[in-house]
Amino acid sequence: MDSAILSLLGAFLLSILGLFAFIWSLRKGLLVENPKAASAIFVQGEIGHAEDPALDPARQHQLKAAAAEPGDTDHPPSAGELADRLAADRSSAFPVFMFIAFACMWLLFGSIAGLVASLKLHWPDFLVSEAWMTFGRIRTVHLTVVLYGWITNAELGIIIWLMPRLLRTPLIGNMWIMLGGALVNIAIASGIGAIGSGWTDGLEYLEMPWQIGIFFAAGMICIIGPVMTTLVRRKVESLYVTTWYHTAALLWITMLFIVGKIPGVHFGVEQATMNWWYGHNVLGLWFTPVAVGAIYYFLPKIIARPIRSYNLSILGFWTLAFFYAQVGGHHLVGGPVPGWLVTLSIVQSMMMIVPVLAFSINMGLTMKGRMRLGLYSPTLRFMMFGGAMYFLSSLQGSFEALRSVQQVAHFTHFTVAHAHLGAYGFVTMVLFGAIYFMMPRILYWEWPFPRLISLHFWLAAIGVTIYFVGLTYGGWLQGLAMLDASRPFMDSVNVTLPWLRWRSVGGSLMVASHVVFVFHFLAMALRFGPNRAGAALFTQQPKDLEPAHGE
Amino acid sequence: MENEVKLTVGAMVTFAIAVSALVVLPYIQVSDVKPPEGLKPYTSAELRGRASYIANGCMYCHSQQPRSESFAPDAKRGWGRASVPGDYYYDSPHLLGSMRTGPDLFNVGVRQPSKDWNLGHLYQPRAYVPGSIMPSFPYLFEVKDKADPDEETLNLPPGVAPPGKVVVPKPEVLDLVKYLQSLKHEYPVLPPEPHDAAAPAAAARPAS
Repeated sequence: MDSAILSLLGAFLLSILGLFAFIWSLRKGLLVENPKAASAIFVQGEIGHAEDPALDPARQHQLKAAAAEPGDTDHPPSAGELADRLAADRSSAFPVFMFIAFACMWLLFGSIAGLVASLKLHWPDFLVSEAWMTFGRIRTVHLTVVLYGWITNAELGIIIWLMPRLLRTPLIGNMWIMLGGALVNIAIASGIGAIGSGWTDGLEYLEMPWQIGIFFAAGMICIIGPVMTTLVRRKVESLYVTTWYHTAALLWITMLFIVGKIPGVHFGVEQATMNWWYGHNVLGLWFTPVAVGAIYYFLPKIIARPIRSYNLSILGFWTLAFFYAQVGGHHLVGGPVPGWLVTLSIVQSMMMIVPVLAFSINMGLTMKGRMRLGLYSPTLRFMMFGGAMYFLSSLQGSFEALRSVQQVAHFTHFTVAHAHLGAYGFVTMVLFGAIYFMMPRILYWEWPFPRLISLHFWLAAIGVTIYFVGLTYGGWLQGLAMLDASRPFMDSVNVTLPWLRWRSVGGSLMVASHVVFVFHFLAMALRFGPNRAGAALFTQQPKDLEPAHGE
Repeated sequence: MENEVKLTVGAMVTFAIAVSALVVLPYIQVSDVKPPEGLKPYTSAELRGRASYIANGCMYCHSQQPRSESFAPDAKRGWGRASVPGDYYYDSPHLLGSMRTGPDLFNVGVRQPSKDWNLGHLYQPRAYVPGSIMPSFPYLFEVKDKADPDEETLNLPPGVAPPGKVVVPKPEVLDLVKYLQSLKHEYPVLPPEPHDAAAPAAAARPAS
């Protein structure tokens, strides 16, 4: 049978299956909206009470006034349910603080390593005297620190903070989570030491030696246990979409890491396909679902309106779970791997448009007419920026997977720019927003210098824009120069130089924003600045503060 | 859909499908790949050099996967024919690479066989390729007043070595250059077989 008939038959079967899925969803009532499930993040009477804990009382009031809509009631939120939330927050405060503190430390360290690596590409004789300083090691240290140290710690913190909150159940097994966090961070620190000294497994994203990886995997398992136990013993009936994303992501990253790290199994080109299956899934099944889940919680929470369509969010979850897991092969377009595998990955990359549109339409409709609230709340601004960059980077990624685009973009800085649009423009910005929201609820202390939050936002946003635009253009020129056999290879190096310098400019702004952020975090943790929210970590809240907590 | 069992099982099923497609099937498909006749296993010096290549992160700027002429002019640049799975028979870990900040190195041993050139280029790339952005690797060399009798010194272009000194390569860089010189994949191979034409292609194999 030739391939044309096979593909026609495949398309026919697929459309029949699609039809059955449609009929099934009609019977199940999935096409009818489900406002109750969408409102699961609010206690009774809370809708309409806009909330951004990062704001001081005066600005908080402005936000609330701006968010008011006709039809809102003046009823205070239900005190009993708020007490549940308070208990949930208190149960997770210490582990979450630990993860966020580690994350902030790694962020600063990792982004400085990144800036040094960026400078080295246009100052090749800068810092070359010692082996650990060489580009190949500093670049890898940067990647390991920001991926595992910053994003993974921050995402674990967010998962562990949101899980009890959404389940309205105190966190069970704190000590296991703390142990897990310690193991994960020991693995990251040792992994960095190993890479700096030249001990590496040599696979991109999987450089951490497998002997050290054991600690990472053990740490993740210690964290999954309590999270799953809390999930099973929850008080709420239905699970909000954020819980879907977060629970699944936690299981995925652990499985991914274990499969990717098993020593002695992978070989030759199979190792390469595994490598990129892992490399893309770290983004697709770990960074993305946790950040998307966080937007699904924080964005509606700040504006105090439920998301527009709950069912669309579930559609987004399942399509992401199915399609994203299979896109990794597009990193090997043109390489010595089976052609069907690359084609499969390109098809699934295009299919990723489905979950991205499901998310974007949902968020767009939720924010419709409420965009101006971003002016009042910097936390919301981070979330909106992150959501928009998710849309852009995923769309870019889908088209980048096509063979015709890869022909130019593959092996160039274009890909590096794309990776930063996703990991920074989208994921990191969402993490910043979430941390600004969470910290006052964890430490019972306000951000001491609210203006620094805006400064942080603008430095980071302008920095990543310069980084992305410059490097995308430079990378494209590089690709065109490499494709033209009449031009010497050095042309492809020379055309990128101005843009590599712009990358360092953008990177410097990003590092500056991190200095502001980490300073602010330390000032808060060390209790500098005016005390407005009262009571310290781990002390009982005075009764009269409780309603204020849920506002 | 409120059920955590559905969530966990569903998430694991989609994950398992992806593992089957991107890890298990390629494993089965390439597990019986044989090394091409022209490919030699690495010597132990070359393997030590390969370890240096990995430890210093060379693969983050240099790919080792020339592509077919229909896709990119890699062959015209002297990077060699498109690679096939068998070429990587002795490679662990794989070093396919994802960037071409520098040129592809799969056939650098053919293109640049000179030991002196490779050593000097690692010591100071800009002495050989003006405008290169490859880092220099001074830590792989020793700068001395005078070489010991049993040591070799670098033949560098004038003005590159520090005045009045000699540059002596450390053993690890000698191994690294041996590895680079060993990267030759010129021997002929059949083009990758179309899937359903596997039988006739296998029959035609002795012809190569």
